[in-house]
Amino acid sequence: MVSYTLKVNGKERQISADEDTPLLWILRDELNLVGTKFGCGIGQCGACTVHINGQANRSCLLKAAALEGMEITTIEGLATDDTLHPVQEAWKEHDVPQCGYCQAGQIMTAASFLAENPAPSGDEIRQAMHGNICRCAAYNRIEKAVATAAKNG
Amino acid sequence: MIEERKKFTFSRRGFIRTSALAGGGILLGVNFLNACKESAQPPVNIANLNFKEFNAFIKIAENGYVTIFSPNPEIGQGVKTSMPMLIAEELDVPWEHVTVEQAGLDTENFTRQVAGGSQSIRHGWEPLRQTGAIAKQMLIQAAAARWEVEPYTCTASNGVITNQAGKQLGYGDVVNDAALLPVPENAVLKDPKDFKIIGKDAINVDVHKIVTGQPLYGLDYTAPGMKYASVLRPPAFGQTLKSFDASEAKKVGGVIDVLKFGDKVAVIANNTWAAMKGKHKLTAQWNDTTLESTEDHDAKLNAILNGSKFEVRREDGNVNSAFSEADSVIERTYESPFLPHNCMEPMNFYANVTAERIHLVGPIQTPAGTAKRIAHVLERDEKEIDLEMTRMGGGFGRRLYGDFAEEAALISNGAKLPIKVVFSREDDMAAGTYRPAIKYRIKAALKDGKVTAYHLKEAAINSNMYGLIPHFFPAGAIKNYKVETGNYQSNITTGAWRAPYTNFLAFAEQSFFDEIAKELAIDPVKLRMDLLDNVNDGEDERIEYSAARMKETIKLAAEKGNWGKAAENVYQGFAAYYSHNTHVAEVVDITLQNGFPKVEKVTVAVDCGIVVNPTGAINQVEGGVIDGIGHAMYGNFAFDNGKPKATNFDAYRLIRMNETPKVETYFVENNLSPTGLGEPGLPPAGGALANAITAATGKRMLTQPFIEHFNTDTREVRG
Repeated sequence: MVSYTLKVNGKERQISADEDTPLLWILRDELNLVGTKFGCGIGQCGACTVHINGQANRSCLLKAAALEGMEITTIEGLATDDTLHPVQEAWKEHDVPQCGYCQAGQIMTAASFLAENPAPSGDEIRQAMHGNICRCAAYNRIEKAVATAAKNG
Repeated sequence: MIEERKKFTFSRRGFIRTSALAGGGILLGVNFLNACKESAQPPVNIANLNFKEFNAFIKIAENGYVTIFSPNPEIGQGVKTSMPMLIAEELDVPWEHVTVEQAGLDTENFTRQVAGGSQSIRHGWEPLRQTGAIAKQMLIQAAAARWEVEPYTCTASNGVITNQAGKQLGYGDVVNDAALLPVPENAVLKDPKDFKIIGKDAINVDVHKIVTGQPLYGLDYTAPGMKYASVLRPPAFGQTLKSFDASEAKKVGGVIDVLKFGDKVAVIANNTWAAMKGKHKLTAQWNDTTLESTEDHDAKLNAILNGSKFEVRREDGNVNSAFSEADSVIERTYESPFLPHNCMEPMNFYANVTAERIHLVGPIQTPAGTAKRIAHVLERDEKEIDLEMTRMGGGFGRRLYGDFAEEAALISNGAKLPIKVVFSREDDMAAGTYRPAIKYRIKAALKDGKVTAYHLKEAAINSNMYGLIPHFFPAGAIKNYKVETGNYQSNITTGAWRAPYTNFLAFAEQSFFDEIAKELAIDPVKLRMDLLDNVNDGEDERIEYSAARMKETIKLAAEKGNWGKAAENVYQGFAAYYSHNTHVAEVVDITLQNGFPKVEKVTVAVDCGIVVNPTGAINQVEGGVIDGIGHAMYGNFAFDNGKPKATNFDAYRLIRMNETPKVETYFVENNLSPTGLGEPGLPPAGGALANAITAATGKRMLTQPFIEHFNTDTREVRG
């Protein structure tokens, strides 16, 4: 057991957990932030994507204890107050989700990507989103929603 | 002239009941699918409500706003949005005034739900609209009584009732009066041309919660004192537990108990990570019984196809004499592997088994059957079980099977703790209920430029095509026709997988039709149209598909997909298939990139009758098509001595964004009763893709996945 402090969605959180616990399970089981999803545990599907200092990362592969001092943003912290992030708005506008389980990870990947590349081409969008699996295959709408978010962002 | 062939009949009497609410307003108990007992009478007092016969409720509040409590399993197919639309249409309220809520927690009222088979909308079409229409009629009656006029002189629209004098009352104004009225015998349904909600886009009612990451799914559920369990199961099918050692597992921080049940061992911990780590520290010895490999299955299925032990599922005319008289005969064998479901949300379930009650919560497509199963295994009364359903992170058939719920109940019962069982991805893929490996051998007799006989043999693991599938197209279109099946009983667990059997049968047959077309030197689309010309709709009651509707669907796909007019270096493939009561036709466009197929576009035509919610409908079609393309292209799941060779997404390939075609969806416009869309888009996709690959490369894709036919290093077609 180790104790450390994480900054999650702008708030300092005291953690006491096994040193090797991935950020994913700290978020879900300790902080009750269950919007970040467990999909594969090996960084292959992207369902657990969060932002570390603004960069999209797979939370299932990150040891939480090593993230002290970093800005961790989860899907619950993507909106500012009551204003949704343009990516979230675009997801609603295009009615993207089917089962919806992977969408938090898709949205976090898209938000980080658009912060770096605010006016991407279609190919760049497809490349950027390639690491996130959607088993319902809502890929056409994900692609359209990212393009819309870029336009409105 | 296309006519509606089969309509659902239902008993209105007793499927709806009303009650005044203590706080004002009206509550309607509705049974989505089953007529309830005739003896059910409307209670006067809400405290006396026994709404157990019902599985949905509509509340109309004093402000006229409507809440529909939907208990139906939502696995991503959109019924939580589309089914309430049917009620709201006939009730005639603005969709913005409707709130849809998942059935409340800790209630015994919602224990009868049905999911699966793309049937929710088809079965709900009449009763749900009737429910809305009856409620509207009662509101009109209440207003008419207030005005002292005849109800037929009043109209209701957008939540407002108007009489001939132009006076108006809102639904909320009369809802308390309406609650005291008897349920009327007659309610007139709208003419489809007057629909205001049906046919308009309604965004998924949970979309805000989904995009903001609010708890919705089974894996998100928590309860006071809940512990997590990770389960060690036999690593190979055909193994039983000999012995195990938990001493290292118990040393893992956070692990609180280790429990053997049957051939499985559960590690119980304070959090998911500790439970998973603890499981990895278990050591176990296993007894081997029969350990099967993919090579064994291959040999068994080949032996069936080459043998004579078949069950005849349909036989018309005399195929043998037609074959002996044929100008030529074509025969092909098509092969597909097992497939795991791979729902994005791994299997999980919560159980709290106490001496008094059994509380179960989680993602399950068959709540009633699962409750029964758990009552049986725990030797308890089913009445002691409360089962709540969560939104599901995908189903595809996997969540029809309650093995994971039973595990949770057994562990909770043994440990005397509230337990959530969580599968890792490896657990999920290795302890599956897979789409079985299947082989089809199809033989056709050709004479004078026509198909004179068709003989299909199915060899499958564990079970065979069921219901009316043997009577799907081309049954009825070819005079001498025979479908027969055989199976091999394996110890690998198999079950329904999105569009069971047809997900591969359609590929085999639609590929085969292209071979026939080539042999006869006619256009593949024309071949299908000519065959459909032989069918007289309604002549054979076992034949559910409509030749007239299928021809319209094919024409639409061919037109919108520019069939036969592909641009340079674009190769096309066609397929059309009826399943789950919906007719679908698809044109696939591919290009070759260094000899490797790239799926550019799929044009889909769909006849599902009236499209209730276009945005949701398109989502289902796009998803089904891409799912079909993905699994035909990449899906492979092999066994080595009972063990799956792939257990996570590093070794099992699912289609991703960059491999995804653009899907264009067109609906055949008609006013026929709607049918489902969760599955029918999938079956034709693999066949259309296979035919496009053949057009591009000259190679036939006789086995799935297609990627195995290409050397992915050099991206050339393998000989």
